[in-house]
Formats: sequence, C-alpha cells, structure tokens
Amino acid sequence: MTKLDSKIPEGKLKDKWSNFKAHQNLVNPANKRKIDVIVVGTGLAGGAAAASLAEMGFKVKSFCYQDSPRRAHSIAAQGGINAAKNYPNDGDTVYRLFYDTIKGGDYRAREANVYRLAEVSNAIIDQAVAQGVPFARDYAGYLDNRSFGGALVSRTFYARGQTGQQLLLGAYSALSRQIGLGNVEMHPRTELMDIVKIDGKARGIVTRNLVTGEIESHFGHAVVLATGGYGNVFFLSTNAMGSNGSAAWKAYKKGAFFANPSFVQIHPTAIPQHGDFQSKLTLMSESLRNDGRIWVPKKKEDAEAIRLGKKTAADIPDEDRDFYLERRYPAFGNLVPRDVAARAAKERTDAGYGIENNATKEGVFLDFKYAIQRLGKDVIEARYGNLFQMYEKITDDNPYEVPMKIFPAIHYTMGGIWVDYELQTTVPGLFVIGEANFSDHGANRLGASALMQGLADGYFVLPYTIQNYLAYEFDTPRMNPADVKEFKETEDEVKERINKLMNIKGKQSVDSFHKRLGKVMWNKVGMARNKEGLEEAVKEIREIREEFWKDVYIPGNTDTINPELEKANRVADFLELGELMAYDALNRNESCGGHFRTEYVTEDGEAKRRDDEYMYVAAWEYKGDDKEPELNKEPLKYEEIEVKTRNYKTA
Amino acid sequence: MAHKTINIKLRVWRQKDAKSKGGFETYELENISVDSSFLEMIDVLNEKLVSEGKEPVAYDHDCREGICGMCSLFINGRAHGPDSLVTTCQLHMRKFSDGETITVEPWRVGSFPVIKDLMVDRTAYEKIMQAGGFVSVSTGGVPDANAIPIPKANADEAMDAAACIGCGACVATCKNSSAMLFVAAKVSQLALLPQGRIEASRRAKNMVAKMDELGFGNCSNTGACEMECPKGISIAHIARLNREFLSANIKG
Amino acid sequence: MSNFISSSIGKKLIMSISGLFLIVFLLVHLTANLFLLGGSDAFNISAHFMGTNPLIQIMQPLLALGFALHIIYSLIVQFHNWKSRPVNYAKVNQKDASTWASRNMIWLGLFVLAFLIIHLINFFWVLKFGEPETTVVNGVEMEDAYSLVAGLFINGGTLAYVYSAIYIIGFIALGMHLHHAFWSAFQTIGWSNIKWRKRLTLIGDVYAIIIAVGFSIIPIYFLFIK
Repeated sequence: MTKLDSKIPEGKLKDKWSNFKAHQNLVNPANKRKIDVIVVGTGLAGGAAAASLAEMGFKVKSFCYQDSPRRAHSIAAQGGINAAKNYPNDGDTVYRLFYDTIKGGDYRAREANVYRLAEVSNAIIDQAVAQGVPFARDYAGYLDNRSFGGALVSRTFYARGQTGQQLLLGAYSALSRQIGLGNVEMHPRTELMDIVKIDGKARGIVTRNLVTGEIESHFGHAVVLATGGYGNVFFLSTNAMGSNGSAAWKAYKKGAFFANPSFVQIHPTAIPQHGDFQSKLTLMSESLRNDGRIWVPKKKEDAEAIRLGKKTAADIPDEDRDFYLERRYPAFGNLVPRDVAARAAKERTDAGYGIENNATKEGVFLDFKYAIQRLGKDVIEARYGNLFQMYEKITDDNPYEVPMKIFPAIHYTMGGIWVDYELQTTVPGLFVIGEANFSDHGANRLGASALMQGLADGYFVLPYTIQNYLAYEFDTPRMNPADVKEFKETEDEVKERINKLMNIKGKQSVDSFHKRLGKVMWNKVGMARNKEGLEEAVKEIREIREEFWKDVYIPGNTDTINPELEKANRVADFLELGELMAYDALNRNESCGGHFRTEYVTEDGEAKRRDDEYMYVAAWEYKGDDKEPELNKEPLKYEEIEVKTRNYKTA
Repeated sequence: MAHKTINIKLRVWRQKDAKSKGGFETYELENISVDSSFLEMIDVLNEKLVSEGKEPVAYDHDCREGICGMCSLFINGRAHGPDSLVTTCQLHMRKFSDGETITVEPWRVGSFPVIKDLMVDRTAYEKIMQAGGFVSVSTGGVPDANAIPIPKANADEAMDAAACIGCGACVATCKNSSAMLFVAAKVSQLALLPQGRIEASRRAKNMVAKMDELGFGNCSNTGACEMECPKGISIAHIARLNREFLSANIKG
Repeated sequence: MSNFISSSIGKKLIMSISGLFLIVFLLVHLTANLFLLGGSDAFNISAHFMGTNPLIQIMQPLLALGFALHIIYSLIVQFHNWKSRPVNYAKVNQKDASTWASRNMIWLGLFVLAFLIIHLINFFWVLKFGEPETTVVNGVEMEDAYSLVAGLFINGGTLAYVYSAIYIIGFIALGMHLHHAFWSAFQTIGWSNIKWRKRLTLIGDVYAIIIAVGFSIIPIYFLFIK
C-alpha cells in the first residue's frame, strides 16, 4: 500500500485546500522563467493550464495533434458547466455540489478532491465571464441557469448548446494571448509518442510532427498530460476521431498507475447508429432531458410496427406510451443520472421495445411534444434550436414535429491515470489533468461536471500544486535533448516501433482492427458486463492484437502526413488498453455507476454496490508486456458524507 | 427496410505535399447509403484505396459533429458542400443524386497553403487570434460573474458571433479570400461585452493589421461568407468591425 | 493615419466615401438631365447654370478626384484580391451565396467607365473644349447643349440607335453597380446592422432603378417620342 500516497492535506474537509495553499511550496518569480513546463493537449484542462502557467511566468511548451489548439474535443460539450453559485436561490451550496458529485459517482471518488472541485467551481464562472464567454443571461442581465441530471437544484451555466465551445474558446483566447507574448511555444499537428524519464523523473516527451513525420524531443522540468479520455477504444463513441488514449498509455508504461480503467460513461442521449460504415456517434445534449420525455411503446407489437415503418410515434396514444424513467424513478424522472438513464434504455430495448430500425433494434424516443404544448415552440427553439437543427441535418427528421430517436453511446471515461491530491502521478514530475486522470467523478460523472473539472484542474488546481514539485526543480538546468542519452534512446524506440508497424505490410486496414476491437468492447465491456463475457473479451482482444501486429497494412511513408500511420499508433495502444479495461471490470465484482455487472443486481434490477470489498480505487501498475498488471488499492474513506445506496426513486 | 443507396463518381484533388503540383483523380463508388455523412463516404473510399494498396485521401476532420472546425472541403463549388448551415462532416449523402459527379477540392486561399491532398494550413488564423482575439485578463482576481449585468440582447448577439468555429469556409468561399467575417466575429463578440469593451480599439486595430499582413483579400460585401458560414454568422458583425476600426483610428 | 489608409478597411473606406459622393452626383446629374423633357430652353438654362455656377465649378475637380480615387482604389483592391487566391477552384457555384452584381462589381465598374469615356467625348469634351453651337435664351447667349443631346439620339439614323443602345446598356450596368454599391458603401462605413441592411438594400434598389430608368428615359424620349 505504500506505493500510493494520495497526499490528502490534513484538517477538516472544508479546510484542506486552504491549508494546502497556505503551506505549499511556491516558485519565486525570477525562477519561474528558468522552468519549462510541457503541457500536452489543449482542451479545457490543457489550454487553461498552459495559459495560466505562462501568465505566472513559467515557460510553457504546448502540444496538440489538431491544427489548432481551439479544436480540442472539449469544444463539443454542449449542455453546460456546474457551479455552486446559488444564483437561482434554490438552496445550492458548495457542500451540495460536492455531495451530488460523490453520490452521482456512486461513492468511488476521493472525497478531498471532489470537495476542492466544488470549492473552485464558482471561480471558473467568474473567470470565463471575465474572458468574454457569452453565457446565457436573463432580461435583467444576470446569468441564467438550467438543471441537469442528478441534481435537485439549477446550477448549470450554459451558452446555448455550445457551452464547451465557448469555454474552450475562452481558454484558447488566454492561450493565444500567451503564445503571442512568446510565453508559450505552440506545437500544433504534433503527437506525443512517448514520455522521457531521467533518474526516475519525467523530463520531457518525444513527439511526431504529423506534417513532416519528424521524431522530435522536447525537454521540460515537468510534464503535464491533458490528453482527454480513451472512449474511442470502442471505435464508435461521441469522442472526436482523433481522441485517443496513447499519452495515458505511455504514461502507464513508464510507471504511472492506471486507475479504474473500466469506468466508462455511456451517455443516454446520442443519435442511434445507422449502419456499419458509421464513423462516430453524435451526442444530443443531456439538457434536452429537461424538457423532453423519454418513452417507448407499452406494447411490443407497436414497437415492431414502428421499426418496420408501419406506424409512427404519432400513432401511439399517450396511454400506450411507457415513460419508463418517470415510471421507475418518480423523484428524478427524466433527469436521473446518465448511467441510470442509459441502463434503463438498454433494459427496454433488450426486452424488445426498441424503436429504431437498425441491426440491433436499439433506440428510444425523446419527445418534445409535451414541452411544446406547455411552453410553445418559440421557447423550445430558444433553448435547443441549434441541437434540433443538428439532429435534423443528421437524421432528416424534424424534432419539432416527430420525437427524436436516441440511444446510449460511449461518451466519457471516468477512469484514467491515477493522481494524488496534487494531480501528480506515481512518476515524479508527471502530472495528469482533466479527463485523462481518474479524477473526481468516481464511477459515474454527472452532466455538466466535465467542463467544471477540466477547468478547475487547468485554471485553479494544477498551477498551484505543480509548484510544490517545481520549487525543487528551478536549479535543474535546461537540457538540450540532443545531448541526453535518455532522449536519444526513447527516440530510437519510437522510430523502431513506427518502422515495425510500417513493415508489417499485411492485408487489413487499421480501421478494420479498430472496428473489431470496438465490437468486443461494446458487447462485452460495455453497458452490461459479466465474468464470462469479460474473460472472453480479454482473450479476443489478445487475438485481435496479435493479428494486428501480423497483418495490418499501412500505406504511404513515415516522412509525410500519414493518417493511417497515426491511427495505427493509436489503435496499437487501444488494443492493449482494452485488455486492461476488461481486466479491471473483471476484478470489480460489484455494480457501481457506469460499471454494471449483471451478476450484481438488486431484486428490482438496480446496480448493487459492494462497499465492504470494493470501496477503493483500483490503480493498475504496469509490470511488462507479458506480465499481469499489479493491482494497487487506494481505499476510499468518507469522513463527511454518509455512504448510501443511490436512490433516484424518492427525494 | 433497406437503406437507400447511390452510386457516385468523385473528382478529388490529390497533392503529395506542399511543394508538389497536384491534380484531380477520379474514383467511382457504389452503394453509398444516403444516410451516411460525406466524410463517412470518404472513409469508404479510403478503405477501398487502402485495400488496393494505394494511399488514402488526406483530409482534416476530427469531432464529426460540426463544432471543432477542422473539416474543410470545397464540394461541388461550395464550401462545406450543397447544404446550408453545416460543416462537411454534417453534410449527408442524401444531398446528392445517383450517378452524380462530385468535385472535391481543398480551400483555395493564398494564406491557407495546401499541405497534402485536401488539407490546408490555417496557421494564419492562429496568428490573427494571437494578435488580439482575447480579453487581456489573467487567471484569478476577477470579479463575481454577476457583478456586471449585460443586456440580454448584447449577450445574445455576442453569442451569435462567438459561435464561429474557425473552419475558414468564409475565406474559402469569398471571391476575394477575405478573412473579414472571421475577424469580425471575434472583434464584434468582445466589443459587445463590457469585459471586452475596454480594449476594443486596440483589438480591432491589431487584428485587422495582422489580417492584412497575412495577405487575405479585401471584403467587398458580397455576403457569400455568411451564406456559407456553417454557423450562420451575419455580416452585420463586419459592419461592427468596420465601425470599431474606424472609431479606433479616429480616436488615434 | 497612413497605416489606416493603407489598411484593407481604409482602402475600402475611400472607395465607399468616393462612391457615396458619386451617388449624390448622379442624382444632381439626373435632375439636370430631366430638364431635357421640358424642351430646349429649359435644358439649356439648366446646362448653362451648371456650366457657370461657381459652386458647381468648385465641385467639378472634386468630382474628377472622386472618380479617380474610386477607380484607382478599385483596381488596387481588385488586384490584391486576385493575388490572394493564387490557385483558383476548378468548380465554383456561388449562385445562391451572393448576387451576380456583387461578384462582378469590377466588371460592371469597368463597363461603366468605358461608357463614361464615350459619354465624356460625346458631351463634356465638346462643351468644354470644342466649339458647340450657341443659342440665345432670355437674352443670354449660351451653348446649345440641347441640340447636342438631341443630335446624338434623334437625327443620325443607325448611329442614333447605336448610341441609344450604348447609353441604355450603360445605364443598366450603372444600375446594377449601384444595386450592390449603395448598401455596400454604408456597410463599409459601419452604418449597418441586421435591420438597417434590409432598409438600405431596399433604398439602394429604389435608387438604382431611379437612376437607371431616369437616365434611360432620355434616349428613349428622343428616339421614339420626339
């Protein structure tokens, strides 16, 4: 157990963060100039951290695989960002936000981190407004709030259906300012290939320039990974096409522990799959559940008639509609947390009530008819206009007239690299922030909390905590990677792997392997898991991986833009990461949050947590390619919160 | 129900790298589902090319939900193709007919050089943003978010402008390769908000100077940019940029 | 200030201000021309007034300057615009994205310029530097501008038809130029928003029609009515 020191500060929960800040080490302004910090990823966490560190005076090197830092996938978050401002005067407090997040995460998150998150949430809103983020406002000119799943208060700030975009552009503007001032050296279209350790500390990274193919080394006194989640291991997800788990995977292989890899969030409201050639799933914001009612037909024959196109939603009278969330969870209704809503949809479609005409007959209705009757079309248009437009562009259906068809999709990974209270991994000098760390969401993340966590880490947590480490690093002189053998060795390893991939010259495309992996993951490591399936998954993933390394075909060269090579590098890592996910799911003999084991259910079909045995963070340690990973446990202690069974049936 | 499919002929610009001379290649694709997106259709083409041992078509794309601004194709003579208020990734094959020949080109803008096939380098946009597309506020030390009320109409109009995804369709479609809509969107957004108002003059001057320096063309108010803008950003914001720029220079 | 003038918006501002000046001039010109419909004396008095009034004399070089700036800057701006897209698209389809006139302002402008040169040779040159016939109205001797106009459109047989056609086509081109120019000038100055754009385009269109139709009445009047 000595391996994991979560470094939670002393004191009462509400004083921990203040105590930490009061006593932590800081770097003096003159020394900040002498310190290089590498930040990989430019989403909410990475962009905010890079900008904030540069503003403080550190020299920052920022990296992203996209052509601009503004394109990081945080941009796609639609619904909103939580904060405990209590502007609507509905009784919100920092404690309540903390409580909701812990409860929503099914008691699998670290208490002290979550409390800090709730504490800094308000500052994020202030910061964003100061940057010119155009949040929605009321006629008096004050900020407007909406409600989101898993909460009894309205604490979600939003900018139409583009909140993630606006917050990211805020962070991006701050980053752009620092790039312009010369405090940040920006490397777009550059992908991390490996992390370089010297004397046990993270000292830099090796990257591939995606335009020229050059393998380059970069030195940093510390390395911050803000590289997002690994949902694309499922091939189909709401993530961007380029989103990948490689940086986290490299960190794992360099000695950082991977925590709770099986904790994956399935978002209940995505557009159902339409065919095999589909490349991604498009999310419809959770905010739609504020006004939309989810239902399937009560009668199986109606569901079948709808699938066959013989009936439409309009042919089903209200009394024949099963508003199953309202039926099962009267207190929260359509606003239950995501995992609950997703599983309920699966339960109905598995039982044969799905309404979408696709191979898996998966899909349920999200109906705005009632809201339009109640509030009028104009109000609905003002709230969700852009989402409705997007839905219509994709499906050719007009959601003002016919109900939307939705189905759960892989959306977010709560699991990630294990970090302590200071966001540092088990590798000194290697920090992980945002979705990439295992973070604050436990086994399930509440809506509008990802933006909050990314920005909290980036603006208000990491820039402080990293100094506790850097305070001892200012006298380490900058290194020229060309003179350092560790950089050279890592470069050679990277080049060797690329050559190996290029020289397989097999017959199957990278995507074909990725799709096969995705299918195994979705069917056996997806919304419902069991021992047998997970064991099969481990075996099947190994087989696909072996075949990949024998038969993948990558056209083109290494010294130009080569998207197939980029994908191959990422998929090779997914093929290992997927196995660890199955492994972790197999280890966790309970159901909690997004992790649902069919063996562990209550009598009425709800998830059954086993706190006596599994109230811990499972942090996996890499032991070698052919060796089993070692499980390290960080026990979770709840001092200021009573651990309960989650209940969304009654308030 | 079988999904409706179409057969198409693609005329695609292929170019090895920034220095090479490119040219059009023609490909034929069969049984493309009309429910697939344009980029999924390109994926099918690429999968076919890879299976034939050929190099796939390189193109920029990422989020595939119309918000990251990465995708950037000029399809049948229009930025983001024959639909309005969409990016290429949201364009669906139902907008094309069976047997149609589809011409696919990269953005053609001097300031956005082609780097491979359909990919262009939009660093020029970054430089414009770095010249002034921000409020000069550092992290921390800001007032409460509700300290300054902002009229709803202003906040809404700022949001209209802020919706810009930086894809470059406005420049690509403008017959003059002018970046005015892109610059105007940011200048206008921040000029409408009290937080951005303080340095509005400086911002307008710096961003316009950078835009000019980078070789973008001059706006001649054809309005094509707003018609092809996937986010429907109005050229009324260009009027505001002109106003801001003029008053900034009159004030000195 | 030099930075301002050489900036893209600065150059456009010069085009817009000079354009608005020319727009005002066109209205004055049209008003004077419509005296042609009132017979030779009425028109000659008006022409004489225009030719001798000191204010108009001051305005004349300014007008020339307006034309010159408008034309020179249009060329500067246009050449830069061409240069900013070194490789053209193989296929362009902008019929739904912008109006034909807005895309072809340079060609409409050059066409109007060609027409302007013909027009200057026909009238301005003769009145100013040539030896026009004179006439006496109300005891004052003055150039017989009326005969000059009438001569071009009435008496020459085929040539009258050719000139009439040139003038009418020139006026149509001018109208199309104005159709985009009027609103565009206000947009460049920054005096437009979503509401005013609709109003300004409407006013601009009405204005363009008045100018095109108003001027075209003259050759038609002489050719078919007189």
